[in-house]
Amino acid sequence: MARKLLLEHINVPGIHTFDVYRKQGGYRSVEKALKSMSPDDVVEEVKKSGLRGRGGAGFPTGMKWSFLAKPEGKARYLVCNADESEPGTFKDRYLMTYIPHALIEGMIVSSFALGAKTSYIYVRGEMMPQIRILEKAIDEAKNAGFLGKNILGSGYDLELYVQPGGGAYICGEETALIESLEGKRGNPRIKPPFPAISGVWGCPTVVNNVESIAAVVPIINDGGDEYAKVGIGRSTGTKLISASGNLNKPGVYEIELGLPVEEFIYSDEYCGGIANGKRLKAVVAGGSSVPILPANLVLKTVSGESRLMSYESLAEGGFQSGSMMGSGGFIAFDEDQCIVRNTWNFSRFYHHESCGQCSPCREGTGWMEKVLHRLEYGHGKMSDIDLLVDVSKKIEGNTICPLGDAAAWPVASAIRHFRDEFEWHVSNPKEAMERNYGIGNYADPLPANEVPVAN
Amino acid sequence: MLRVTETEHVDFSSELLSKFGEIVKRYPEGKHKAALLPILHLVQAEYGWLSPASMERVAGYLDLKPIEVYEVATFYTMFFLRPQGKYVLEVCRTGPCCLVGAEKIMEHLENKLGVKEGEVTADGQFSWRGVECLAACGMGPVLQIGPEYTFHENLTSESVDQLLVDLKNKDLSI
Ligand SMILES: Cc1cc2nc3c(=O)[nH]c(=O)nc-3n(C[C@H](O)[C@H](O)[C@H](O)COP(=O)(O)O)c2cc1C
Ligand code: SF4
Repeated sequence: MARKLLLEHINVPGIHTFDVYRKQGGYRSVEKALKSMSPDDVVEEVKKSGLRGRGGAGFPTGMKWSFLAKPEGKARYLVCNADESEPGTFKDRYLMTYIPHALIEGMIVSSFALGAKTSYIYVRGEMMPQIRILEKAIDEAKNAGFLGKNILGSGYDLELYVQPGGGAYICGEETALIESLEGKRGNPRIKPPFPAISGVWGCPTVVNNVESIAAVVPIINDGGDEYAKVGIGRSTGTKLISASGNLNKPGVYEIELGLPVEEFIYSDEYCGGIANGKRLKAVVAGGSSVPILPANLVLKTVSGESRLMSYESLAEGGFQSGSMMGSGGFIAFDEDQCIVRNTWNFSRFYHHESCGQCSPCREGTGWMEKVLHRLEYGHGKMSDIDLLVDVSKKIEGNTICPLGDAAAWPVASAIRHFRDEFEWHVSNPKEAMERNYGIGNYADPLPANEVPVAN
Repeated sequence: MLRVTETEHVDFSSELLSKFGEIVKRYPEGKHKAALLPILHLVQAEYGWLSPASMERVAGYLDLKPIEVYEVATFYTMFFLRPQGKYVLEVCRTGPCCLVGAEKIMEHLENKLGVKEGEVTADGQFSWRGVECLAACGMGPVLQIGPEYTFHENLTSESVDQLLVDLKNKDLSI
């Protein structure tokens, strides 16, 4: 069994309550940090751990913390990003639902490290049940003396609040999240200034994903060096992977970074293979925003090496033949799925979620949605395919926030790897309405008789 | 649930006002605008939607211009600017859920309720719509039901039928 650092106790009955969580060793990291470490010591351990942000960008957490400005007389804030809205990603919901104290504990230690006296957990508004769970967990922690004034007699004060969003993917972008927290529309800010200098109410602010903050707990308990021993190369530690689509056992899995993709998909410890005895056609490995890969390229890199679940390996080959770790939203497509339809669906998503500030994003996402819709519904032209590539290039890099890129990449990569399927939609419009293209000849790395690990 | 028409005068109950008061305390002095989203959620849970009159009352309470409330209420998808059914069924329509049958579930719901997306059934009980990713892709297809936002996973036509029966028979709440 692989090592678990976040979900080790997930199956203990009652683990969502303070008492049971505490009995399993919960809140030790708060005791350790507040009684025997300085805030800078905590930051140092997180740096040593090599932890990289789990929200999508993979930026080293310790480094981000060390950038936080500390001007005299100004409050500093830690805001947890629990907006989780990237299609394919549902790990934060899982963690908050089943082991909410892991997040609360991480928030206390992280807030201490950053010198924040008030911290917020910004939860997407749809997760009302999780908001209630977190509020209860906060009450329990407060009653036990882990929040409020003079925590454990250390002289450190912290108040922790849950803030609901209102339903908007863009509020997962950290500056949009800050705007939303301030009670405004979720329009991303132009950077610089970065939140580390000017964030919530103009004060220095760190925004971190739920999983990043929960990972601080094992880092402080065991030390950053111990954490860095797990994983592979610069991809240290464990990662929660949200597995969805046509898998036998979709769900949230904690993996050690470096696990082969093939093992993740086919072994019984993880997803147990493709559902209904079908074959794998494609994978979106890191949430809807990252490039889609055909099965052959997701299992092996172009140089023929086995692809691993790590930041580096998933990105190997660049945009030509690789993808990205992103938020760890692993979406598997079986042989009967239509790439054109899915690309249209994702485009509609980005068009719907664009905040509308930048013309390339606002107009371009709408344009891509329209063109993909006509391709999917049998009215497309051959030239539409290059038109899509052209529009995606004009969005990419020309917008205030990365949502524009996130909208462009899925379209560009789908055409890069599945162009024949797009062309087939144009040349056989009637047939394309009646049946799917199938697995094609590009995406079949595992002939049925040579199937893998688990079988 | 209370219903207000657009022209009606809205007076928030003292219970609701005391909840507002608790929320405002979460932010530093002078930063009470941050209470806007949480307060709009409470107002919507009480009335079922955000009428112009109720938004103006919120503006008055937080000492904001009405436009500051409207611009927020119109930005976020969770806020309803028109009356809805008593239960609002929201089905995830994004990619991963579609890989496992979300489109069929929406079709089924439309036929079963006999109203189009966004419309309210004649008895005022139900409305439905497709929404973007609800962060439950591995349990798809999924739907949530406002105002409590109870969550229902791994949907089939049969489980949707059962859900509608349950909702009709009793008030569903967590
Ligand atoms: C459009 C968009 C949506 C995002 N959504 C999320 C999200 O739901 N959750 C999250 O943690 N980060 C999200 N991010 C990334 C955040 O901007 C930010 O990088 C992250 O919260 C930083 O935390 P980390 O360093 O711990 O990963 C999103 C970014 C963009 C551009
Ligand atoms: S890229 Fe899109 S979502 Fe981001 S700020 Fe510009 S318009 Fe808004």
